[in-house]
Amino acid sequence: MTALFDTLFNGLAIGSVLMLAALGLAVVFGLMGVINMAHGELMMLGAYTTFVVQNLLKSGPLEVLFPIYILISIPIAFLVSGLVGLLLEKTVIRRLYGRPLETLLATWGVSLILQQFVRSVSTAFFLALLAAVALGLLAPRFTPAAWWRQRWTPLLKAGSWIVALVVGIGLGSLLGEQRALQQPWFSARNIDVTAPEWLRGSIDLGGVTMPTARLFILALTALALVGVNWFLQKSAWGIRIRAVTQNRSMSSCLGIPTETVDALTFFVGSGLAGIAGVAVSLLGSVGPNLGGNYIVLAFMVVVLGGLGKLWGTVVAAFVLGILDYVIGSGSLLLLWPSMPAALNGVISFFATTSMAKVLVFVLIMVFLQFRPAGMFPQKGRMVEA
Amino acid sequence: MPVSATPPAFVRRWWPWILIVAATLILPVILPPFRLNLLGRFLSLGIVALGVDLIWGYTGLLSLGQGIFFALGGYALGMHLSLNSLEPGQLPEFFGLYGVNSLPAFWQPFSSPLFTLVAIWVIPALVAGILGFLVFRNRIKGVYFSILTQAALLVFFNFFNGQQKLINGTNGLKTDTAKVFGELVGSDAMQRNLFWLTVLLVIAAFLLCRWLTSGRFGDALVAIRDDEPRMRFTGYNPTAYKTLVFTVAGALAGISGALYTVQSGIISPQFMAVPFSIEMVIWVAVGGRGTLLGAVLGAVLINYAKSLISEQLPETWLFVQGALFLLVVTALPDGLVGWWRQGGPGQILAMFGWPPRSATYPGLDLDPSMLAEREALEGPSSPDSGTGGGR
Repeated sequence: MTALFDTLFNGLAIGSVLMLAALGLAVVFGLMGVINMAHGELMMLGAYTTFVVQNLLKSGPLEVLFPIYILISIPIAFLVSGLVGLLLEKTVIRRLYGRPLETLLATWGVSLILQQFVRSVSTAFFLALLAAVALGLLAPRFTPAAWWRQRWTPLLKAGSWIVALVVGIGLGSLLGEQRALQQPWFSARNIDVTAPEWLRGSIDLGGVTMPTARLFILALTALALVGVNWFLQKSAWGIRIRAVTQNRSMSSCLGIPTETVDALTFFVGSGLAGIAGVAVSLLGSVGPNLGGNYIVLAFMVVVLGGLGKLWGTVVAAFVLGILDYVIGSGSLLLLWPSMPAALNGVISFFATTSMAKVLVFVLIMVFLQFRPAGMFPQKGRMVEA
Repeated sequence: MPVSATPPAFVRRWWPWILIVAATLILPVILPPFRLNLLGRFLSLGIVALGVDLIWGYTGLLSLGQGIFFALGGYALGMHLSLNSLEPGQLPEFFGLYGVNSLPAFWQPFSSPLFTLVAIWVIPALVAGILGFLVFRNRIKGVYFSILTQAALLVFFNFFNGQQKLINGTNGLKTDTAKVFGELVGSDAMQRNLFWLTVLLVIAAFLLCRWLTSGRFGDALVAIRDDEPRMRFTGYNPTAYKTLVFTVAGALAGISGALYTVQSGIISPQFMAVPFSIEMVIWVAVGGRGTLLGAVLGAVLINYAKSLISEQLPETWLFVQGALFLLVVTALPDGLVGWWRQGGPGQILAMFGWPPRSATYPGLDLDPSMLAEREALEGPSSPDSGTGGGR
């Protein structure tokens, strides 16, 4: 019995992290249909935000707040990831609506840039980047207005950005001479977020040891879920989002600002990735490659649950979490010691973390053979689905 | 007798091939072995790029899992080479590390060179065919197909990564020290032969793809890309076409992987990692999707740029690569070759006042006010990619 509860708890704990990672995707991919491969990197930004908040509060005037820094970093991570997502929507994704494959490739490019940005960002780098962007944006101000109405204006535009880039690189290497400015903020190595005192212990309940950090993540997941559900079902903007999802042109005719709705949806989805990042940072050290570990599984959760169905995502995340734990830990062997030898061999073959992933993905693909639209498909009669 | 101004018809017709043959013969002489080896590797990547172009550029299926087939081809050859130079009864070295005393059954057939030569492309093709059939049968397409292929990639990656006892896990198989025809695979002479072999196979793959895309089969592929429901309603079965073209792409990837393996000296699960398979897509995108020449050119150019930049400024490569993804998607949707064919260079010249030859009254076509008016009439000239459902 204890083994059963233990399995259930650990499965739920894995599932809750998946759930958090997939929640933002359920909004962005499930509702808007935008495929954002940089979602994992937005999680990574959330984890790094937690790290920064922790270091800022460790000493100095705000030290009293240190015990609850993890609570403080949740809204900040939401904002940071959300704003980066908003910037992404305004600059890139907006141009690619209705072209999902192109969106996939572009956001993959963004994810590469974000990964390398975290690795190599230093004060010098940051200042140079700011200077380059400012120069590129302000170029039309410095030059005669007539230049911007010529046949060769597109070339001038491209040229001004190239000049800005070159100036930025030059400035960066110039500033890089200073040792203090050249020091990378995070470096390529992993960072560690130390869980606060009250999250380090564990609670014993009916023979099952539950680490407090895991419980905290479960609570955070539940809270995020309730929050998103309330936002989408009850708030005025949530209703607008759902209206635009169902019928864009009709919503537009009725006066709903669809572009604002798009931006807001993307902001919320990206912010949720930030919260997931806070949760992941509690589980161990995190690095620039964090996103890659979660992104595919998170997409699988959303697809498996059925697009546009929040509850489908929830069920799928927990099912996958439990499956992953049961297979990976080989705990079926403990639950059923007298199983036939052949089955025993199969189960112990898959009882490692990487082999569990193999089996889980295979199971997902088999399941999608029978239910291509996921567990809770949306009803409709579209030709193109 | 005066020299005629135009070259003879033979040269005019065949000049690209003459150039290629000349380059193939001259390059091994003038390039140092290391550079030649790099070029050979990049050319072999051109073959997998041709496959990606077939399925993505022509058929509109964005596969993020071509690394599976690439690595399967590589592993097939790698296994053969690990067995090939052993004494009878001896096992490849790594088996000893994990306490394996007898050759696993699936290794046995790979000691035959003939079987290996077939397996290199048949095994990936079979896997691609089965995977493709299962996915296409359910009419899974667009981004779902992409995500599913990526999941399949992860399955294979984790499997090969986790199985030390079967295929040496993370470490992969080394091929440099194996012998073929009494010569070390890693030796300069052997590598030069492999370079020539690669060139031959790239040309063969190119011709195969050109043959596939030029006739009715090619039209069917483009029809699937542009409007699959309409094609189905006209009485065609897109599943068969898609499965077939995915199988061909898988076979091409396998051949490419085998060639790449012998030229880089190792095959490891890293070739099944997620980024590598997406990189293949960007080669095709930069070169020009839907153009076969673009696929090969893109693979060679991007990889050459990658090795140059990684040698000089290793930190900047990811920035450059990320920017390439963004640039290609937003500004150059048809890649370099597509840009060239649509008169891109002429447009740039026109910006400086050298108008291209025009069918209408000179200047009228290019007058800014006329352009603006036309744009207002026809709507913004957004290229309809036709690559899948709306939102």
